[in-house]
Amino acid sequence: MIIGQQKPFDEIWEMVKGHKQLTVFGCNTCVAVCHQGGNKEAEILASLLRMRATQEGIDIDIKNGGIERQCEHPFFESAKDLLGESEAVLSMACGIGVQFVAEKYMSTPVYPALNTTFLGDVKTDWHFTEKCQACGDCILGITGGVCPVSRCCKRLFNGPCGGSSKGKCEISKELDCAWQLVVDRLEALGKMDDYEKIAPIKDWSKDRAGGPRSFKLEGF
Amino acid sequence: METKTNSKLEKIFKSGVMAVTSECGPPRSSDPAHIITKGNLIKNHVDAINITDNQTAVTRLCSLAACIHLKLQGLEPVLQMVVRDRNRIALQADILGAASFGINNMLCLSGDHQSFGDHPKAQNVFDLDSMQLIQTVRHMRDEGKFLSGEEIKVPPNLFVGAAANPFADPFKIRVPRLAKKIAAGAEFIQTQCVYNLDKFELWMKGVVERGLHEQVFIMPGITPMRSVGMAKYMARAVPGMDVPEELIKRLSGVPKDKQAEEGITIAVESIQRLKECKGVSGFHIMAIEWEDKVPEIVERSGLYPRPVVD
Repeated sequence: MIIGQQKPFDEIWEMVKGHKQLTVFGCNTCVAVCHQGGNKEAEILASLLRMRATQEGIDIDIKNGGIERQCEHPFFESAKDLLGESEAVLSMACGIGVQFVAEKYMSTPVYPALNTTFLGDVKTDWHFTEKCQACGDCILGITGGVCPVSRCCKRLFNGPCGGSSKGKCEISKELDCAWQLVVDRLEALGKMDDYEKIAPIKDWSKDRAGGPRSFKLEGF
Repeated sequence: METKTNSKLEKIFKSGVMAVTSECGPPRSSDPAHIITKGNLIKNHVDAINITDNQTAVTRLCSLAACIHLKLQGLEPVLQMVVRDRNRIALQADILGAASFGINNMLCLSGDHQSFGDHPKAQNVFDLDSMQLIQTVRHMRDEGKFLSGEEIKVPPNLFVGAAANPFADPFKIRVPRLAKKIAAGAEFIQTQCVYNLDKFELWMKGVVERGLHEQVFIMPGITPMRSVGMAKYMARAVPGMDVPEELIKRLSGVPKDKQAEEGITIAVESIQRLKECKGVSGFHIMAIEWEDKVPEIVERSGLYPRPVVD
């Protein structure tokens, strides 16, 4: 899923404090799971902003609300009135949701409350880790189910580099060396011979490098 | 003796003589005087001189320009090239540029992560990895083609090297990884600094068992310790470095003003021991900002004089 982290409160405040009215708008799917941008977090952030406004003697009408997902049109039905009457929106969604709102409400300023950080898993209720970079050409089938694009800091297709030490990456003792994990998996699968196959040069045109991506279903 | 390139290093390897290389880091300045002085300091004691490529991810005068400065002095540079900072377009362009100046050797590397350097906020490239860079330069040389498949009218003629770190983990893939680099096209190998000789010899045993030493020229890396502080720092902070406790003890056992001398002696003893190790074809002496000690190490190790090659 998409993981995001709330921006520093002061940064959020600086973006929105010039408005007379603001709607803090939650997105209750991915970023709710990581406790950063759900409807509950929108309510809390709205309270904090109201307190700040009071402290600074600034008059802003701050409402809060939210929908299940800010990246699909049907979910917006229930918030039609709220958003239509908003002077500005502080979206708690990932970057996709922020842009979706901006596209729907051409003349309404929309601000991001979150930094969209990565595509990751939920290791525990409070621990999220990056697992995919949507590079557009998945090679998990040859790397034992461990992604070197997102999990190796040099995204090596033929790793590990010389900085792999005791299973950890050279940039941090907290970070697993992805290629140690690849080797461990290949060994568990009895496929160590595959280690010596040289992974071919990647076609990055399917990645971000090739420009914004989209696809359409034929005959749908 | 059949050589594929005009590399002096290749000729020396293939004549069966132990080769000696060293390396110089370019300055953090546009003044080339420093690198030229360093090169001239060691030129009679080594066969070729590596020029590092923004080592430790710190911005410096570029490796290619520094190689050209040495080449113009009549020295034999080894162009180090990391895949961290350039995509395949820039890498291939620099390979052609190097060849156009008669640079005959290249070392293909990943490069330290930028978080270690002076621009930790930089983007990294890693369009190719070091294995694929080896393939690329061999493809350009041997097939006379770009990665795109298009023809190169005058292909670059470089002798191709790669790095190996026998001390990184997991150890069990360190011999297979070397085999992989050879399969990719590596013709010579310079290793990480060797301090744990037992482990290096264990790795070499695996290399020899697979006959890999007959397919590639292997040069253990030798870096003299200047002090016990340096040894402790390398043991603690440099990723993939194996500094045994005995070495630290030995340096601690001599007075501070004699530690540098002891470090040189340890380097000389290491070379003398590894000369006897089957599969070792030469030495890569990396005296970091201590290039003036290279001649002494080479002489005391019995590697001087260097052979004269046409």
